[in-house]
Amino acid sequence: MMNELITLIIILLKIVLIAIPLILFIAYLTYFERKIIGYMQSRIGPNRVGIYGLAQPFADILKLISKEIIIPSTSNRYLFIIAPLLALAPSLVAWSVIPFSQGKVLANINAGLLFIFAISSLSVYGILIAGWASNSKYALLGAMRSAAQTISYEIAMGFAFVGVLMASGSMNLQDIVLKQQGGVFHWFFLPLFPLFFVYWICAVAETNRAPFDVAEGESEIVAGFHVEYSGMGFALFFLAEYANMILVSTIIALFFLGGWLSPFENIPYIGVLFSWVPGFFWLFAKTSIFLFLLIWMRATFPRYRYDQIMRLGWKILIPITIVWIIVLGLAVQLKLPPWFS
Amino acid sequence: MLSKLKFLFKTILLTELFQGLRLTGKYFFSAKTTLQFPEETTPTSPRFRGLLALRRYPNGEERCIACKLCEAVCPALAITIEAKPRESDGARRTTLYEIDLFKCIYCGFCEESCPVDSIVLTREKHYHFTERGQQIMTKEKLLAIGDKYESEIAADKTEDAPYR
Repeated sequence: MMNELITLIIILLKIVLIAIPLILFIAYLTYFERKIIGYMQSRIGPNRVGIYGLAQPFADILKLISKEIIIPSTSNRYLFIIAPLLALAPSLVAWSVIPFSQGKVLANINAGLLFIFAISSLSVYGILIAGWASNSKYALLGAMRSAAQTISYEIAMGFAFVGVLMASGSMNLQDIVLKQQGGVFHWFFLPLFPLFFVYWICAVAETNRAPFDVAEGESEIVAGFHVEYSGMGFALFFLAEYANMILVSTIIALFFLGGWLSPFENIPYIGVLFSWVPGFFWLFAKTSIFLFLLIWMRATFPRYRYDQIMRLGWKILIPITIVWIIVLGLAVQLKLPPWFS
Repeated sequence: MLSKLKFLFKTILLTELFQGLRLTGKYFFSAKTTLQFPEETTPTSPRFRGLLALRRYPNGEERCIACKLCEAVCPALAITIEAKPRESDGARRTTLYEIDLFKCIYCGFCEESCPVDSIVLTREKHYHFTERGQQIMTKEKLLAIGDKYESEIAADKTEDAPYR
C-alpha cells in the first residue's frame, strides 16, 4: 500500500515536472510569436512589460483571468464549459509518452505512436463541441471547417506515421529515436523525405495554424469556433493551440530528426566535443526550429481557400504518402543501407 | 511545352513558397521602423496645424486688436469675438474671444488672415477634453497656450516667413 502511494506521488511529481515547464513554454511561445511576426513586419513587437517585454505573457494571463466569462444565454451551458477543457486536455495528455531523453519518459508504452495519433485526433472534439455549444453561426461554421479539415489531413498524417512505423519497426517512441542513431544521415527525414514533408503540412493543418487556419478565418467568420468565448475559456483554447504547436514540433523532431540524438554523432572530434550536451537540449533545439518555422509560415503565407485545402489533402498528400509507403516497403525489404541494413 | 514543364517544376519544388519565406526572412533582420511613442514622437513640420493659441508681444501686451478678420474668414464659424475699448487706455481689445474646437477644422485661415500674427496654430496635437464645455477655448486658455509655446511658435514663424 505504502509503495503504491509513493509510486503515485512520484508519478504526480513527474507530471508536474512536465506540465509546469510546458505551460511556461507555451506562455513564452506566444511572446516569441508576437516578437517574430513583429520583426518580420518591420515592427518590434511587445517591449513594454518588463525587460524586452519578457513579462508580457504574464500580463496577458492576468488580464484573461480577471475577465468576465460570458456564457451565451442560448448556448448549451455544460458543453460550452467543457469544450475548452476537451480541447486542452489531449494536447497535454500526449506529453506522457514523449521521451525527452534516453529513458526520460513518463509512460514508456509500446504503442506510443498509436497513442499520440489517437490523442492528437481527440482535440478536434473540443473545437467541434465548442462550435456547436455556442449556438452561433460563425462558431458552427468554424467548427465544421475544422472538423472536415482534421478528418482529411488525419489520413495523410496516419500514412506518414505508418512510414515511420515501417522504417523503425516499432511503435515505442524511444525505439523509434534509437533506430535513428548514427549521425544526421541516419535520421529518418532522408529516407522518409516526402513523408516528412507531408507530416509537416498535416501538422500545420491539424493545429489549425496559418496557412490552414480556416477554422478561425477572422476575415470570414470572425474568430471561428471560439467566437463566443471570453476570459479563461478563450485562454484555454489559446493554450490548447500553442500546446498543440509544441506537440507536433516535438513529434516531428522525434520521428524524423532523431529526437534527442546529437547531430554530431559519429563525426570524429566534433562528436566527442559535443558529447557532454544533454539529449534534452538537442530535442529542444530541434523542436524550436519547427516552432520558428510555424511562426515564420504564419508571417508569410496567406490563408488557403477551403476547397484548395481539401484538394491538397485528398488529391496530393494522400497519393504521395501511399506511393512512398510502397517505395519504403521495397527499401525495407531490400535492406537499403544505411538506414535499413 | 517547356513552359508547362517549368510550371510543373515550380509547383513541385514549391519555389514560390520559398521565395515568400525568403522575403519575410529578410525582413526579420531588417531595420525596424517602430517609434517608441511616449519617448519618441514623429517629426512635425513648422507648418503643422495643431492646437490654436493667441500670442503676446515680448512686452506682455496681447497682440489681438479685435479686427474680427479671423471671425469673418472662419469657414466653420468656430470663432466668436466681442470687442470694446479697454478701460485703462482705450485701446481696442477683445472682451470675448472664444474658439469652439468641436467646430474648428484646423484649416489655418484665421492664422493667415491675422494682420498682427496673434492667432496661430501650434504644433501641439496631443490634447483631449474630459468634460462637456472644455472644447470652448476662452481667451485666457488660448493666451496660456500661446505663452507656453511662445519660443516654438516664434521659431516656426520665422522659419516659414520667407514663404508667406
